Amino acid sequence: MIFKRTPSPYIKQNISVQQMMFMVLYALVPGALASFYFFGWGVLFNLLVAITVCLASEAIILRLRGRDVRHSLSDGSALITACLLALALPSLAPWWLVAIASFFAIAVAKQLYGGLGFNPFNPAMVGYIVVMISFPLQMTLWTAPMGVDGGWPDFMTTFNWVFLGKLPYDTTIDSISMATPIDLLKTQLSQYHDVFETRNNPEFSALFGSLSGTGWQWVNLLYLAGGIWLVKKQVVDWRIPVAFLASLLFIANLFAVMDYSTNSSALFHAFSGGTMLAAFFIATDPITACSTPRGRWIYGAGIGALVYIIRSWGGYPDGIAFAVVLMNMAAPLIDYYTRPKVYGKQDH
Amino acid sequence: MSIHDDKPTILRELSHFDGGLVLDGHKDLSTGKPVQPMPAVKQYIVPLQQHIGAISEPLVKVGDRVLKGQMIGRPGDLVSAAVHSPVSGTVTAIEEHAVPHISGLPDLCIFIENDFKDEWVKREPLGDEYNNRSSHQLRNLIRDAGIVGLGGAAFPAAVKQTEMNVHTLILNGVECEPYITCDDMLMREQAEQVLAGADIIGHVIKAQECVIAIEDNKPEAIAAMQAAVERDGTGFFRVQAVPTIYPSGGEKQLIKILTGREVPKGRLPAELNVLVHNVATAHAIHRAVYHDEPLISRIATVTGQGIAQPQNIEVLVGTPVKDCVEFCGGYTPQADELIMGGPMMGFSLPSDDTPLVKASNCLLVMAKDEIHYQQQHMPCIRCGHCVEVCPARLLPQQLYWYASSKNNDRVQEFDLFDCIECGCCAYVCPSDIPLVQYYRAAKTVIRQQERERKASDLARQRHEAHQARLERQKREREERLRKKREMLKDKEKGGEKDSKKAAIAAAIARAQAKKAEARKAQAGATEDKTAETEQEQSQDNTEKPTNP
Repeated sequence: MIFKRTPSPYIKQNISVQQMMFMVLYALVPGALASFYFFGWGVLFNLLVAITVCLASEAIILRLRGRDVRHSLSDGSALITACLLALALPSLAPWWLVAIASFFAIAVAKQLYGGLGFNPFNPAMVGYIVVMISFPLQMTLWTAPMGVDGGWPDFMTTFNWVFLGKLPYDTTIDSISMATPIDLLKTQLSQYHDVFETRNNPEFSALFGSLSGTGWQWVNLLYLAGGIWLVKKQVVDWRIPVAFLASLLFIANLFAVMDYSTNSSALFHAFSGGTMLAAFFIATDPITACSTPRGRWIYGAGIGALVYIIRSWGGYPDGIAFAVVLMNMAAPLIDYYTRPKVYGKQDH
Repeated sequence: MSIHDDKPTILRELSHFDGGLVLDGHKDLSTGKPVQPMPAVKQYIVPLQQHIGAISEPLVKVGDRVLKGQMIGRPGDLVSAAVHSPVSGTVTAIEEHAVPHISGLPDLCIFIENDFKDEWVKREPLGDEYNNRSSHQLRNLIRDAGIVGLGGAAFPAAVKQTEMNVHTLILNGVECEPYITCDDMLMREQAEQVLAGADIIGHVIKAQECVIAIEDNKPEAIAAMQAAVERDGTGFFRVQAVPTIYPSGGEKQLIKILTGREVPKGRLPAELNVLVHNVATAHAIHRAVYHDEPLISRIATVTGQGIAQPQNIEVLVGTPVKDCVEFCGGYTPQADELIMGGPMMGFSLPSDDTPLVKASNCLLVMAKDEIHYQQQHMPCIRCGHCVEVCPARLLPQQLYWYASSKNNDRVQEFDLFDCIECGCCAYVCPSDIPLVQYYRAAKTVIRQQERERKASDLARQRHEAHQARLERQKREREERLRKKREMLKDKEKGGEKDSKKAAIAAAIARAQAKKAEARKAQAGATEDKTAETEQEQSQDNTEKPTNP
């Protein structure tokens, strides 16, 4: 009898890259739903545009590179980039802004570097940085969250603004958008109002909510929940989110204790902006993160520290994209110096 | 050097090694009935290379009549093993034939046609008399009996026993790889013989104690060994259950579990005052000492969904695989791949025409629905799952990166040669990359380059030595001529007066010339010797035993 020959092992744990990717997508769902609830139709439009452009760019470039389009598209990685980008971009971002960010993320940051597994920088964050630097004004266009100042505009208003750039005659973009808590606090601090004063200002108190901002706190909590599930399923390495949050909270707390009037609390940092999305879904992208166990601690902690630095003293309201990409750059070096000692090297 | 400390080397509380996997055992498949002795077949195919080290040299020629247990191949070198005829009969051919080796290359085999007379060579069992024999004598006996490590690596047992300063003999009954149950069945059925064999090894290496390590998924084997240890009553033996984690049966992993310490990189277990032998090896040594029976049979597991009646068989070395399969009821319709060894570290055989060898602990025929087939693999996403499970604490994804880009310096810098090829990384890889295959290929290429480099170094050294020799001879010749000329000149000048002096000078010159001649001859001999040793070393540069 003649048999076929294949390499060992002949048994296998059955979790594939595709399954891992889709588990990440499932874990995003609760946070995304909360985002939609609090920030309205814009979130949905962002997702639509980002998914369309990301998948289309991926397909086109894969074809240009002569690769198997269906096989690569079905791995779910482009879908994750699209969702992360859409959920990170402001809810009133015009469609072209989302499209540019998506195209740049997939075509330049991912495919031009060799596609899945070969990109040194997190594609979604590169796309985010491109539009952040190019279109700073549009990047502040968040709606008021549900429950503050009449909440977000209706479907038609949002649609007309996002896709056609038109607003009803009696409204301006300022009247339907609102600064995020992080942004507002930063502006207020620069005008010599302290944290206490800002948060207790009746004009802003509804926005700040009970913890770290109406809407934002829930969105962050639900990303945290999804993230914990991913860690439990061993889809993402627990070291990175733990190191990231521990470092961010430690530094924030240190400064808050030193001077609580000009530094917001650690809890505010943990549950505002994109903290939890970054901790569990962005920083944990294994392709661009460190791969050694010790390296992952350093990598996560480095992002946490950079996020705090950029948020507190940088020129941008939230520093996640920059922090992640900066640590992506450092990852190969960290990996090199944090190699585990192989069996038998320890005792000597 | 190793320090022989008085501290017990084995911990009372178990340690653990890094990484590893909890796997489905599939062991019940083949433990249903006792070990079945397999009836003799017509033809046996005995490969001359069944072990790590040099190939054996054939002692018979085509047409010779051989007896059962007769040595038909003697050890080719220090690290080598003898092979023996499994039956009485006639040598019908000595030629290249398919052998169970991962390379898939054919090798020299002796074909023996069975005359079914079952005539043994003259046997003189040593029995209890071994207690009065020296370690050296017993090692020779073990060596001549062709005994190799039966856990899978097939490293010559006698060579392993030359390690000094061993306090504890570890008997490896872990058998961590799924499907394989031959050691389990051996311990259940022949516990006392295993202990007797271990006693002999203990005598050879002068061990103070013997720990028998068995994975805790084999309660029957543990109970049988425990009972035998109690009957023995000398206190030399101790049974130690270890947790069922693959690959705890790897020599280095088992040592870590039992001693809490790691064998230093590039050193031998004797460094930690331990020596590890497989239970089946101990059993084979018992057969050699008490029955003067060389290693011509072993217990092998024939299992998998592709086999009609999975079971353990006691089978003669050299039996063709297809006969074993037939004895076990043949293939099932689902049979899809024939594997020698277990599902983690085994390798597939192209056909069942190959013989079973000393190292063949398992014949696994997997069915379509139980085997995992390598699909078109995805790119590495650096998820790090492989890092978490690697028992050698390597960075498999980095090794893959450098191995696939043929960066041989980097791949060695990342400790490629510490990989024990256990397959844990490939098992968890979500991208389904055949990682171990990449490592094996890289190792082969690097070894090949190393051999070539050594050969060219040797050629260069020889050339330089040759040049130096010519140079020296030329100098010496000129010196002699010069002296002769001077002597003649003196003779002409001084006449009779200096004849005595001249005679002395001539004698000195003669002596010097003779000395130079001798030196030259010696130098030539040394060079040849160096060349030889280096060749030997490059030949020995085969794999270290990685014995799961």
